[in-house]
Amino acid sequence: MADLETFRAEVRDWLAANYPASLNAPMSEDEAPWGGRKMVWKNPDAKLWLERMGARGWTAPTWPKDYGGGGLSAEEARVLSQELARIHARPALMSFGIWMLGPVLLEYATEDQKRRFLPPIVRGEIRWCQGYSEPGAGSDLASLQTRAEDRGDHFLINGQKVWTSYADQADWIFCLVRTDTTKKHEGISFVLFDMTSPGVEARPIKLISGSSPFCETFFDNVKVPKDQLVGKLNGGWEIAKRLLQYERQNISAGGFGGGAGLELEEVAKGYVGLRAGKLADADLRARIAAHKMDAKAFALTVRRAETESKAAKGPSPAVSIIKYAAASLNQAKHELMLEAMGTKGLGWDGEGFAPEEIRETRAWLRSKGNSIEGGTSEVNLNVIAKRVLGLLDHQ
Amino acid sequence: MSGLNEEQVMLRDAAKAWVDDKSPVAALRRLRDQGSQTGFDPAAWREMGEMGWTGVVIPEAYGGSEFGYRSLGLILEETGRTLTASPLLSTALIAASALNLGGTAAQKEAWLPKIAAAEIVAGLAVDEHPHHDPARTALAATREGDGFRLDGAKTFVAEGLAADLLIVAARTSGEPGEASGLTLFLVEGAADGLVRRRLQLIDSRGAADLAFTGVRVPAEAVLGEVDRGFDLLETVLDRARAGLAAEMIGTATQAFETTLDYLKNRTQFGQAIGAFQALQHRAAKMFTEIEMARSCVYAALDAIDANANDVRALASLAKAKACDTLHLVSNEMVQMHGGIGMTDAHDAGLYLKRARVAEALYGSASWHRDRYATLLGF
Repeated sequence: MADLETFRAEVRDWLAANYPASLNAPMSEDEAPWGGRKMVWKNPDAKLWLERMGARGWTAPTWPKDYGGGGLSAEEARVLSQELARIHARPALMSFGIWMLGPVLLEYATEDQKRRFLPPIVRGEIRWCQGYSEPGAGSDLASLQTRAEDRGDHFLINGQKVWTSYADQADWIFCLVRTDTTKKHEGISFVLFDMTSPGVEARPIKLISGSSPFCETFFDNVKVPKDQLVGKLNGGWEIAKRLLQYERQNISAGGFGGGAGLELEEVAKGYVGLRAGKLADADLRARIAAHKMDAKAFALTVRRAETESKAAKGPSPAVSIIKYAAASLNQAKHELMLEAMGTKGLGWDGEGFAPEEIRETRAWLRSKGNSIEGGTSEVNLNVIAKRVLGLLDHQ
Repeated sequence: MSGLNEEQVMLRDAAKAWVDDKSPVAALRRLRDQGSQTGFDPAAWREMGEMGWTGVVIPEAYGGSEFGYRSLGLILEETGRTLTASPLLSTALIAASALNLGGTAAQKEAWLPKIAAAEIVAGLAVDEHPHHDPARTALAATREGDGFRLDGAKTFVAEGLAADLLIVAARTSGEPGEASGLTLFLVEGAADGLVRRRLQLIDSRGAADLAFTGVRVPAEAVLGEVDRGFDLLETVLDRARAGLAAEMIGTATQAFETTLDYLKNRTQFGQAIGAFQALQHRAAKMFTEIEMARSCVYAALDAIDANANDVRALASLAKAKACDTLHLVSNEMVQMHGGIGMTDAHDAGLYLKRARVAEALYGSASWHRDRYATLLGF
């Protein structure tokens, strides 16, 4: 414990000397530090902050130092995140590379691949996207059809992905491809390639919220060198599932969020008003209270699942419910937020609406995807029923 | 299990073994069919005392082990699984908490060792109306000589018929609905002027209506301070709510597991009914609710042990989530069992009946949601 306190003191000193003061202002959405070759830094200090954190490996605190990581123990990493939270530091880097790809590379990649791909992730130099879903392979992901033909020294890739988050902004893609058409799950491989390769095209999809965080991504005779296959040929499904676990874990840590970060009851007080100290709309008050309780129960469950998983050295059964619960809760929150704002929650743009109001409305629309992305709620419930509760498949 | 120490693991495992062996659901059914007046088995209660369950929140100086509320919660969760009817919650958790938190040295000396030894049964008499509302207390305590005389009525008093000692919320000043002006009294079950009538509830446990007519108690019977009893009462009730919520989580867990077992074994259309997605999703949602409620219950009990400043909110959270969850699971238990679930021979009905009584006791889900909103300032 004494060592941890020494570490905490070091972190504090380092943050005091290295966290740029200009970042104390609230971060707007277009300042999100995704890094990569295409990143346009609105504030040069945000770039400096990433470079400083990346140089210490603290953007990926627990990854080994050999691959650019911070080499910290889980306890030290918790101290680091506590200290970052204490000064309300902005994230130095937001990254699918760190949240999803890195952990599976550490587990499945060759030594050469780790040395090649991990350090640029840590430093935020390469931004990754995820090539999973296809027009004909959503919930039934393993029916994917994007082909990778063996052409001796390389694979030739043809097909289409969809719902590729930020494909138009990403530098590289981790992609599921079919390398054997005679089998389903056992015919899938996990490959990495550069989005600037000839034959790659990403087209943004406009969503109901007006934003375009996802793309359709087309591959037309894209050449991928064979040393960019991760794991075994036709062994990609195991890696794909593992990566989804990290994706869902990441959701569990942060929840879905969205919106202007306002507290529901404060918004309701402002727009609905109080009568004798209570929200004037008794029915809305009761539903907000029920939601606040659910949100608290969720936060306590995430914490319990972490403690139990650590104690049992394996996932707690509570882990399985987290994606489903997080999606339901976030959608419920945004519905209540919209309702609390009344007609002020129905603006699309322009005069008559405050920027936070527009943001909340857009976030409500965006939240409809929470029960679809990363595994639909229906698929999540199937997984709980079968894997956790041991119920059988329908015959 | 997270964060349990060795003592707690032993306590939980021993409780599990004991309820399976000595107190399966059949024990409650037997009590009911025999028409038990007090609604519990005295022999089982003695055994609980011998195992040390009655002293878990009582200081060692008064014969307890002071393992804490999380530990007692583990036991209540196990007894809840099999619907074990006993005065454990009323006596060893609620009355022990009231005496320990509000009692003078003499009061503690007089009662805590007896509770720790399971020599007495004790209960809390708070409600006077069909809905829980401590501030609405009207039962009058009027000064008379050196002491007080109590006049009024209480209802829905758990273990009220068997209790040797009652902790009675009474009004010494102010009007019903006001938090100030309440005082807690220690009243012996055999006091003159106290008439107890058995309430036959759906859950077959011991409950009573109490009528106080000129019941005289000395000044030493005041627990805590005169006129300032509300805060102590709420502090005791929060412990009661968290403890009851632990029992309810055990009840919900067993109701769910029994139902899950049925889904795996009952065949229709040539397959286990649990293979149908409509039932699978409902089962997965129940599991989700149970796990979320469980987190709240453990957090509330931990907060009590840590003397944290958010016990009030967490106790309301735990009770409300336990109520909603047990309500859902007890209904689904009947529905998913189909016709057999409607028969008296099956246990589903016993779970459903206990669920509703536990839901109403010490505040319903909606009462606690209202309180939670108030605590959060809206």
